[in-house]
Amino acid sequence: MQCDECGKKPATVHITKVENGKKTDIHLCDQCAMQKNVLSLSTNFSINDLLAGILSSGAASPIKLDPIQDTKCAVCGLTYSRFKETGRFGCSGCYMVFGERLNPLFKRVHGNTAHTGKIPNKAGGRIKVMREIEKMKQELEQAIKNEEYEKAASLRDRIREMCKAEKGDVK
Amino acid sequence: MKGWMEGNGPQSNIILSSRTRLARNINELPFPDTLDAERAGSVVKTVSDSLEGGVPDIGRFESHRLQDLGQLERQVLVERHLISPKLAKQNNGAAVISDDSIASVMVNEEDHIRIQVILPGLQIRKAWELASNMDDAMEQRMEYAYDERWGYLTCCPTNVGTGMRASVMIHLPALNITGNINKILQAVTQIGLTIRGLYGEGTDIIGNVFQISNQITLGRAEEEIVENLTGVTMQIIGKEKEARRILLENNRVQIEDRIWRSWGIMKNARIMQSQECLKLLSDIRLGVDLGILEDIPVSVLNEIMIDTQSASLQKRSGKELTAAERDIARAELIRSKL
Repeated sequence: MQCDECGKKPATVHITKVENGKKTDIHLCDQCAMQKNVLSLSTNFSINDLLAGILSSGAASPIKLDPIQDTKCAVCGLTYSRFKETGRFGCSGCYMVFGERLNPLFKRVHGNTAHTGKIPNKAGGRIKVMREIEKMKQELEQAIKNEEYEKAASLRDRIREMCKAEKGDVK
Repeated sequence: MKGWMEGNGPQSNIILSSRTRLARNINELPFPDTLDAERAGSVVKTVSDSLEGGVPDIGRFESHRLQDLGQLERQVLVERHLISPKLAKQNNGAAVISDDSIASVMVNEEDHIRIQVILPGLQIRKAWELASNMDDAMEQRMEYAYDERWGYLTCCPTNVGTGMRASVMIHLPALNITGNINKILQAVTQIGLTIRGLYGEGTDIIGNVFQISNQITLGRAEEEIVENLTGVTMQIIGKEKEARRILLENNRVQIEDRIWRSWGIMKNARIMQSQECLKLLSDIRLGVDLGILEDIPVSVLNEIMIDTQSASLQKRSGKELTAAERDIARAELIRSKL
């Protein structure tokens, strides 16, 4: 099938239009389709458009915002309603300002809401200890289940010690 | 300067390269899209300084400000996978590139910092380790945007957490010829990975080169991402090898004919369009892997793939070329390499 427009190249884009109940078929080659802009939807569609779609669908943002009370990031000035349109943050401060209401979005995109990977050395000391404690708590549970009481007791003591030390650090 | 194109890594007959990218940002500083030129400049300086002493196992870095590079030079860096098309448009950005072209940092792309390491063959773990070393060196000189709950904070919510995108470039001609590629494409997307054709768009994939990468960055540790992608890649390599074996068993003459014809055209053509080049190159790569064509190093095939692109050809000729002139220059370059 040849292109309806130029009549030279083979048609690769097929469009069916229904207007006022009347159906018309159009067959175009790549180039003519580009020129007629019929493919512009797929070329200008970014990941952020999709995210914006999720954000404004309601399901991801259970808190309906009063436009007047819209949250604004103090560092870069991005508002939550603008974020919902663009799907992009303005700075790291936005995460703190928008806070927990981001979790439904993260859940949708990643299936998770908590980071489990690398920790920067600078920020890391406390987080690393907390993760270690968390891991030992799980081991403790497992030990109790398996009736390994000696192991459980030693784990319990170590968790206590680490929690104490951790609290001491915070002061 | 060849970097991953050396083609001397494990599984390099099917895996062209392995890449790890880490997105990082500086705390409480607007992301590059809204960052003024002055502060953008200081980010470039901070990043360049932080890598000045080099990084263990990588060596020294050189910083290139985008504003000092012409359009052609920018495009050459894009074609060599050292920077993204987005960074090429960013005047306030910079590319800090290691001497051996294996590691680079894009400054002020979508995020302040994008560390990337590309190695030949299947070496995702090694690429992650090297990128992490760079990350450690850089972190000493700046405060990253990081949150206990959400990890490394990025401009786009799709990168938050590890900020890590690991990927492999994989050549799958036999799966494509035997009509099995769609099954693989679908299966891969069901386990949190994405796959796309490196060249060509949509379903029209040219040259049988695909990129597989992780999609999820939050809630999975870097090691898990590495293990997962490596495991899946090994599976696909196995399927590709099986498809190659079946092809040879049932259609040996047809395959040989196809490869030798492609060789004939590549070796003799005087005009070569880029799409045709990628198609023929895939046949020749397959021919080399199957032992049908001999004495052609993988590095030469990689060089043809990269150096026959538009900007690289023009840089080589030292002048701007029209599309028709490029097709002639491309054919010349290929003949000189084979």
